Amino acid sequence: MDLLMTVLLALLLINAVLVVCVRNLLAACIIFMAQSLIMVLIWILLQAPDLAVTEAAVGTGVSSLLFFLALKKIRAIGRGKEDAAHEG
Amino acid sequence: MKADLDRDLVSSLDEALPEESHLDSGHLHRHDAGVARQDRRLAAGENRAARVSLLVYRSISVLAALAVILILLWGVLDLPLFGRGNNPVENEVSLRYLQSGLQEGGAVNLVANMILDYRAFDTLGESNVLFAACCTVILLLRRIQDRESAVSPLGEASPSALPEDPVLALGARVLCPVILLFGIYIILNGHLGPGGGFSGGAVMGAGLILLRNALGTERIGRFFSYRTFRRAVFAALSFYALSKAWSFYTGANRLPSFIPAGTPGAILSAGLILPLNIAVGLVVCCTMYGFFALFEKGDI
Repeated sequence: MDLLMTVLLALLLINAVLVVCVRNLLAACIIFMAQSLIMVLIWILLQAPDLAVTEAAVGTGVSSLLFFLALKKIRAIGRGKEDAAHEG
Repeated sequence: MKADLDRDLVSSLDEALPEESHLDSGHLHRHDAGVARQDRRLAAGENRAARVSLLVYRSISVLAALAVILILLWGVLDLPLFGRGNNPVENEVSLRYLQSGLQEGGAVNLVANMILDYRAFDTLGESNVLFAACCTVILLLRRIQDRESAVSPLGEASPSALPEDPVLALGARVLCPVILLFGIYIILNGHLGPGGGFSGGAVMGAGLILLRNALGTERIGRFFSYRTFRRAVFAALSFYALSKAWSFYTGANRLPSFIPAGTPGAILSAGLILPLNIAVGLVVCCTMYGFFALFEKGDI
């Protein structure tokens, strides 16, 4: 249990640094999602299933969806190849 | 130390503002082919000044960030160690919650007891914060458009006009009932096991968002329109506020309700906590879905 916790905390730190350093915005969003998922596991290990469910729904689900939507609105991610070719 | 830091921040901000304008003008000059020589010389000078001040600004910002990090870590050093028995958080309050929570609040899940009975006022405030945020988003982003101009041939394809992606549609058809059912289960079981109104509402909202993305806005608009959204949120919030106001008015003891106190395994138990959970779940579900819809299209 201790080993698993240490690995998860180390992954948390690595992710926290990566999410700032990565240049690609889509990749940063996905790393942010992974951060929430690691937090879900940590909450379960700390015996807080209430928080785990909430974190999984809000942190991993809805907030990442809003991030993706914002990226689409500022045209950082496209709909597909033909759209990109059409635009520029 | 904090005053120092504040001065640092203010000065760096002060420097940042003129630099921006320098940068902009330099940029413009650099890209304009038809500028006079004097202008060009001026632009080169400005460019060098801009580069130097950018360097200064960057080093100041890095120093400020490092100072903040050090101050925060210094503060963390004074915190008691995690999980020790004699920490300040281990006082008589948690003991009271554990020993007499079932009699006083009525829910088997003591976390729900705490959120919706002992600290119900906090939860009312949280729901109102969500509601206020949603109102702001509606005020800022909602575009009232009549039906004719909604399908304007501007070339910008609206999401509902795209052909359905078969993989996404089939996956949503299979997954959405399960997700929505799981959300309802979390809400209805919030007083018996882990879960509750907030998490269940968020799960249901995510399921509705998936349904909207897969099947288009018209299909989901048949059962969830702006009017439904308004009525559900208003009813849930006012029910919560009225019942809790009545509870506080009568001395913050348990309200007499026809639902008995909590028994493990019985959904219809735990007094007022079940209806309160349903109300919070409705608010959260509608708000999550409403956020997504408003950001995506400007209408629910």
